[in-house]
Amino acid sequence: MTSKPVNAALAREFGLSATEYDTVLTIMGRTPSLTELGVFSVMWSEHCSYKSSRVWLRQLPTTAPWVIHGPGENAGVVAIGDGLAAIFKMESHNHPSFIEPYQGAATGVGGILRDVFTMGARPVANLNALRFGAPDHPATRRVVDGVVRGIGGYGNCVGVPTVGGEVNFHPAYNGNPLVNAMTVGIAPADRIFLSAAAGIGNQVVYVGSKTGRDGIHGATMASAEFGADSEEKRPTVQVGDPFTEKLLIEACLELMATDAIVAIQDMGAAGLTSSSVEMAGKGGVGIELDLDAVPQRETGMSAYEMMLSESQERMLIVLRPGAEALARAIFDKWELDFAVIGHITDTGRIVVRHQGRIEANIPLDPLEKAAPLYHRPTIDTPAPAPLGEVSDPLGIGPALLQLVGCPDLCSRAWIWDQYDSTVGGQTVKRPGAADAAVVRLDGLMRALALTTDCTPRYCLADPEAGGMQAVAEAWRNLTAVGARPLAITDNMNFGNPEKPEIMGQFAAAIRGMAAACVALDFPVVSGNVSLYNETEGRGILPTPAIGGLGVLDDAAQAVGLSLAPDLDLVLVGETQGWLGQSLWLREIAGREEGPPPPVDLAAERRHGDFVRGEILSGAVRACHDLSDGGLLVALAEMAMAGGTGATLAPSPFNMATHGWWFGEDQGRYILAVEDGAALLARAGAAGVPATQIGRSGGDCLKLPDADAISLAALHARHAEFFPAWMGET
Amino acid sequence: MRAGLVIFPGINRERDMAIALQRSTGHAPRMIWHRDTDLDGLDLVVLPGGFSHGDYLRCGAMAAQSPVMGAIRAHAARGGYVLGVCNGFQILTEAHLLPGALLRNAALRFLSMDCHLRVERADTAFTARWQPNDVFRAPMAHGDGNYFADDDTLDRLEGEGRVAFRYVAQDGTLDPRANRNGSARAIAGIYSENLRVLGLMPHPEDLVDPLLGGEDGKPLFDSIANALAA
Repeated sequence: MTSKPVNAALAREFGLSATEYDTVLTIMGRTPSLTELGVFSVMWSEHCSYKSSRVWLRQLPTTAPWVIHGPGENAGVVAIGDGLAAIFKMESHNHPSFIEPYQGAATGVGGILRDVFTMGARPVANLNALRFGAPDHPATRRVVDGVVRGIGGYGNCVGVPTVGGEVNFHPAYNGNPLVNAMTVGIAPADRIFLSAAAGIGNQVVYVGSKTGRDGIHGATMASAEFGADSEEKRPTVQVGDPFTEKLLIEACLELMATDAIVAIQDMGAAGLTSSSVEMAGKGGVGIELDLDAVPQRETGMSAYEMMLSESQERMLIVLRPGAEALARAIFDKWELDFAVIGHITDTGRIVVRHQGRIEANIPLDPLEKAAPLYHRPTIDTPAPAPLGEVSDPLGIGPALLQLVGCPDLCSRAWIWDQYDSTVGGQTVKRPGAADAAVVRLDGLMRALALTTDCTPRYCLADPEAGGMQAVAEAWRNLTAVGARPLAITDNMNFGNPEKPEIMGQFAAAIRGMAAACVALDFPVVSGNVSLYNETEGRGILPTPAIGGLGVLDDAAQAVGLSLAPDLDLVLVGETQGWLGQSLWLREIAGREEGPPPPVDLAAERRHGDFVRGEILSGAVRACHDLSDGGLLVALAEMAMAGGTGATLAPSPFNMATHGWWFGEDQGRYILAVEDGAALLARAGAAGVPATQIGRSGGDCLKLPDADAISLAALHARHAEFFPAWMGET
Repeated sequence: MRAGLVIFPGINRERDMAIALQRSTGHAPRMIWHRDTDLDGLDLVVLPGGFSHGDYLRCGAMAAQSPVMGAIRAHAARGGYVLGVCNGFQILTEAHLLPGALLRNAALRFLSMDCHLRVERADTAFTARWQPNDVFRAPMAHGDGNYFADDDTLDRLEGEGRVAFRYVAQDGTLDPRANRNGSARAIAGIYSENLRVLGLMPHPEDLVDPLLGGEDGKPLFDSIANALAA
């Protein structure tokens, strides 16, 4: 590598276009060194620079009275009361997870944890949003097994409970699974740590693991399509050490309790390069690094390798003068490397020294300001043809059994059972117990509600409606446990942005998301963009995964979805029997067609605010939002969770029966209450459509004019898929 | 009564344990760093769950060599009480304070779920608030909880009444399906000869609050608080 001459050809190999390389030459006024070219190429990679997405991301609303820090920091920060802040973000590790599923997923968890604790928060919950290829594709089982093991292996060891998430399967992810990991942490609202360096002469300290040759050019790899040779990229995947991460969390939080820190930043994508460049750039200062002082795991590493390494579990800290001894003692106690590797300067440049030579000397301002920004051409996704009449080929009962057993709706217990969801002793609603996970704050009654949501098949058919729906569903899931939705983090997973259709999907999804965020007072406070999710030219479904955070003032007010006997079942919201892009249509009729269900944001807000009010008043014993599979699948999920059946009223005469039971109209909830009539009266007064649809009790779902479906039969079908697929029955 | 919690690097259920102890005893436990050796004044030493030293080499193997372990051995020899949960149980076996070993779960996967435990005897400092054969629910979360010992040791443990808890079905019967990690004779926890050292894999400390799903685990801590009240 080091012997190659630096020229346009090498720049191209590093992922820089000819125009971008020309800009490098202009900035430098000479041919850059290999290390300098490496710095430019990673800082200007799609992954680090957001060069294709920035113009669109600006359209998202990012402010609200409770937002302390929106996008631009390591993670978003919102005030949650009691003088505390929730700090959270979701981030993708898609490309590495296909190349090496276990380590790809594990280091995805590790990376997002660092983004959160680097701001001073103790991580209290992890979630994940996973999309895999078709179950019968030869790679899928291996990828699912590795990803689940990797998420568990890392999260369980660091002792942060994995409390929620979602999993979908679709052939569009065959060569490109999505692994989006989210971490939520808690910090005092007045003790948030930022990354802007300050104080000329202040020491720059490296802590954590030693630097090795792993993950070199990972950010560049994550910014390109895969070809058939993706296996060869395995050396660009990092290897995680959750034990070191746990020590790093404890040591950093211990140091953060002192006043030793000026700025702190984790070394994530592009490692030492991006952390030092961003810290100095944000602070408007310069930085000088002495690579001889960097703790190294291997001998003979070059400056290029050290600057580009993505070895995990490392942090960069700017210390206050005189704080070195105190800081060193803490990291010594936790047996972590601690090295002063540089200092802050007033030059506005990054200067990298190694073995008596200056290996890089780059002005920071142009490195950031001249970073490429593309307003790439877009083509709108054509509106899907209307679905028209669809007859029911199977009948309601058999369709329900088939749906609760299909890979997208079957029990996820096989996955959850591999994630520690209780460590920390604060998990109020575990995975599957409610529409959102609920985690209490240590020593308080206050609790966070957390969810991840996206329906990619909607986004493919109509990216704007799909983007809107993803945000609305996150808001709905938080509402369904009784929480006040506060903010979201977004993880935009799309194909190749150089294709106008893909950029059109991206732009439309942003439009839909922005509209929903505004209407629901649900701003975006952090996020991540993952483009080039294509293998051999085939793109994934557009997947703007949303991580939602809400708050409950009293954790005891949270409701789950488990049905208890002798309750009235009330459907809140309007039902037209919308089958376009529904799971029923795909799984039972074998068609992926039509427009997705539209979201009426005003109705969404009205219905949700009503439901939340009912929950907080104590009237609601169980609540479940209606999403994939519609009304009857939601009822079956409530029945299975509570071990209680229900007797259901007939469908309305003016609607196809399968549309009523399986349509995916939006903005709907099922509430189980003691007094249905009183609830209907209150709904009427609030202008919210509500219908009594049955009463709970017994051990089966009794449909009008059809055979009863026993809970035992539902359970058997629901539990079947994962263990059978993995050969573990 | 005074309890101390030992913090090995990589332990992660110390806060759960501290909450449970505080709830039953009214006192926050003392946190003891693994390099400290001063256990003076403690009635109970608790080794909480987690991944000490990352579970590298073998679960608990490196923690068993920590400086604090000499002091814990002396504490146990003096008749002091010791509770090891999950990784704490693994450390106690690696330190030979309890017999046997914890192997990889039979299915070779991490298991995180509620299990049902049967109280094999209710006359110890850890179980007096239960009745014999009571069944209680407890979360478990481990990759290596498959209890193993040779037949002579298992016979001796059973003969001496040193089996503390077994994995059972909800109705208290032995059922291979309830013994998810494949433990020998469905053993979930065992005592030392003097019944003052207890190791178990599941986490009663994570079920001591109705808000978090129940108080099934609370009798363990109430028993300890009562027995060591003096």
